[in-house]
Amino acid sequence: MKYLGKKIITLIMTLFLVSAAAFLAFQIIPGDVVSSILGTEATPEREEALREELGLNDPPLVRYGKWAAGVLRGDLGISYRYSKNMNEMMPVAELIGDKLPVTLWLAVLSLGLIVAVSIPLGVLWAKSGSRALDAALGVITQATMAVPSFFLGILVTWLFGILLKWFAPGGYVSYKENFPGFLRYLLFPAISIALPKIAMTARFLRNSMLTEMGSDYVRTAYSKGCGRERVMYRHVLRNAMMPVITFLGMIVAEIVAGSIVVEQVFGLPGIGRLLISSISTRDFPVVEILILYITFVVIFVYFLVDVLYKVVDPRIS
Amino acid sequence: MGLFRKKRAGYKGCHFTGVAGFHAGREAAGMKKRNGKKWNKYLYAGIVMTGIAVVLGVLGFFWTPYSTTAMSAAEKFSGPSLRHPFGTDNFGRDIFSRVMQGLGTTMVISSLVVFCSGLAGILLGAVTGYFGGILDEAVMRITDALNGFPSILLTLVIISLLGTGRQNVIISMSLVFTPSFVRIVRGEFIRLRDADYIKRARMMEVGKFRILFVHILPNIFSVFWVSVMIGFNNAILAESGMSYLGIGVQPPDASLGNMLSDAQGYLQSAPWCALVPGLTIVWLVLGFSLFSEGIRRQGAFDSGQ
Repeated sequence: MKYLGKKIITLIMTLFLVSAAAFLAFQIIPGDVVSSILGTEATPEREEALREELGLNDPPLVRYGKWAAGVLRGDLGISYRYSKNMNEMMPVAELIGDKLPVTLWLAVLSLGLIVAVSIPLGVLWAKSGSRALDAALGVITQATMAVPSFFLGILVTWLFGILLKWFAPGGYVSYKENFPGFLRYLLFPAISIALPKIAMTARFLRNSMLTEMGSDYVRTAYSKGCGRERVMYRHVLRNAMMPVITFLGMIVAEIVAGSIVVEQVFGLPGIGRLLISSISTRDFPVVEILILYITFVVIFVYFLVDVLYKVVDPRIS
Repeated sequence: MGLFRKKRAGYKGCHFTGVAGFHAGREAAGMKKRNGKKWNKYLYAGIVMTGIAVVLGVLGFFWTPYSTTAMSAAEKFSGPSLRHPFGTDNFGRDIFSRVMQGLGTTMVISSLVVFCSGLAGILLGAVTGYFGGILDEAVMRITDALNGFPSILLTLVIISLLGTGRQNVIISMSLVFTPSFVRIVRGEFIRLRDADYIKRARMMEVGKFRILFVHILPNIFSVFWVSVMIGFNNAILAESGMSYLGIGVQPPDASLGNMLSDAQGYLQSAPWCALVPGLTIVWLVLGFSLFSEGIRRQGAFDSGQ
């Protein structure tokens, strides 16, 4: 319990630091927000009013305080670029709200694929004594890891979309309209994210298992009469999974990052694309929230990994 | 690069035989075994693949078969042929020439990034690892926090602060890549700072600077080298990713990433426009990882492991 408490405090501290860094960093950027919203033609009074409305006249620390308090209450601020209609600014929460499920489902599908494929593959690889299979998997995984995710996305589009016609490239279906169709379309971006990670995880699991197979407890298990299968699944795999869990935690962080790029390739309206477009249009309130959100996901996953580790292996304190 | 490896061969052996064998290792373990030993197949494949890419990339700075920006309406989307080995793109520009230029750009940016972040990593890692203390604690907290972060997100954040463009890409990527180098160098300095030969050097009142960079640094090169190789590969992937997203090298300059994003719209009619730059990136990364794998194995064999 003490362990958990300590971890939670670290989690909150890190989030606080990142939010402060993300917020303050964007305050030092040159460029006037107000004139970029209103254009150069606006009257000074109008500009002053907007500046007051956005709270730009306060010192940075006060603004950070207000912003952080807002975020805690669920008020994420307003976007500089998007507007609902002529008179109303677009709240960031609304903007992100309907893009979030896309990215989340993409991450879930990718992670599902990674776990479902890489673990059996890694076990098979470690178990097989065949040199040909070993060499073949070695070459295939090495080659897969060398393909950047955006190119893999293009390859998947070309192969499955244009040559095999399994899906229509660019034919994204909203999850609100047709959920199965949405998942079906999402499967292909998920494959593009998952493939290199599958290669990495399978390699990692195989190496981890091979290391474990040389240890004393394996010999003991064999000598007390355990069959090969039992030793493999009950003894070796369990121990070999320990580092793989950490590795999968890192993979989740990378999936989040990978989806930024892959969303761009497949034209998915997720938060990755929003982040890129907000960066290029300097829509900082959106960028700040997205950074905070992604950081939160990443840190939270690491936190889960730590806790899971403790559950799986009680020796860790 | 080859020269450099040879010069360090003795030190390399020494790393694997342990610290105590510093001087002995230098004379016995390294050089003798290397001579007459054949390159392994990883090293072979890696050198050939990387070599072709480097030659094309360097050549691309001085000469390309066609101009990389000359457009030709008559030759739009012509498929691979003898005139244009990789075909032409939507403006009728020769893809082979543009790939050559893009290769050069990518490699120069990646090398600069690895150089800057490696240097920063050595300096910070050496000081923090050897002296420890508050500075060490502070630097480690920061690198830990940065290391856990998806690197593309960090680069994006820094880019959004600095703006797009070639220099800013180099600066932001160097910043992002530094923590991993710091971590490795620091670990090695901690491992070696209490080694017998360093203790002895301290006793003989060798200056701190000399201990750090003359006594310890050469001994961590075999480990450092591996991380440089990995870093270089990651830099290639990151650079092409950023120019794919349109925040790296800006058009009309060719880069492998922005060629890909341009070509994506014509995937149906002219797949070679996308396949060629993409496969070039794969070639470069794969070649380099085979090369580093080869060196790693060669090195391990050298010390008899």
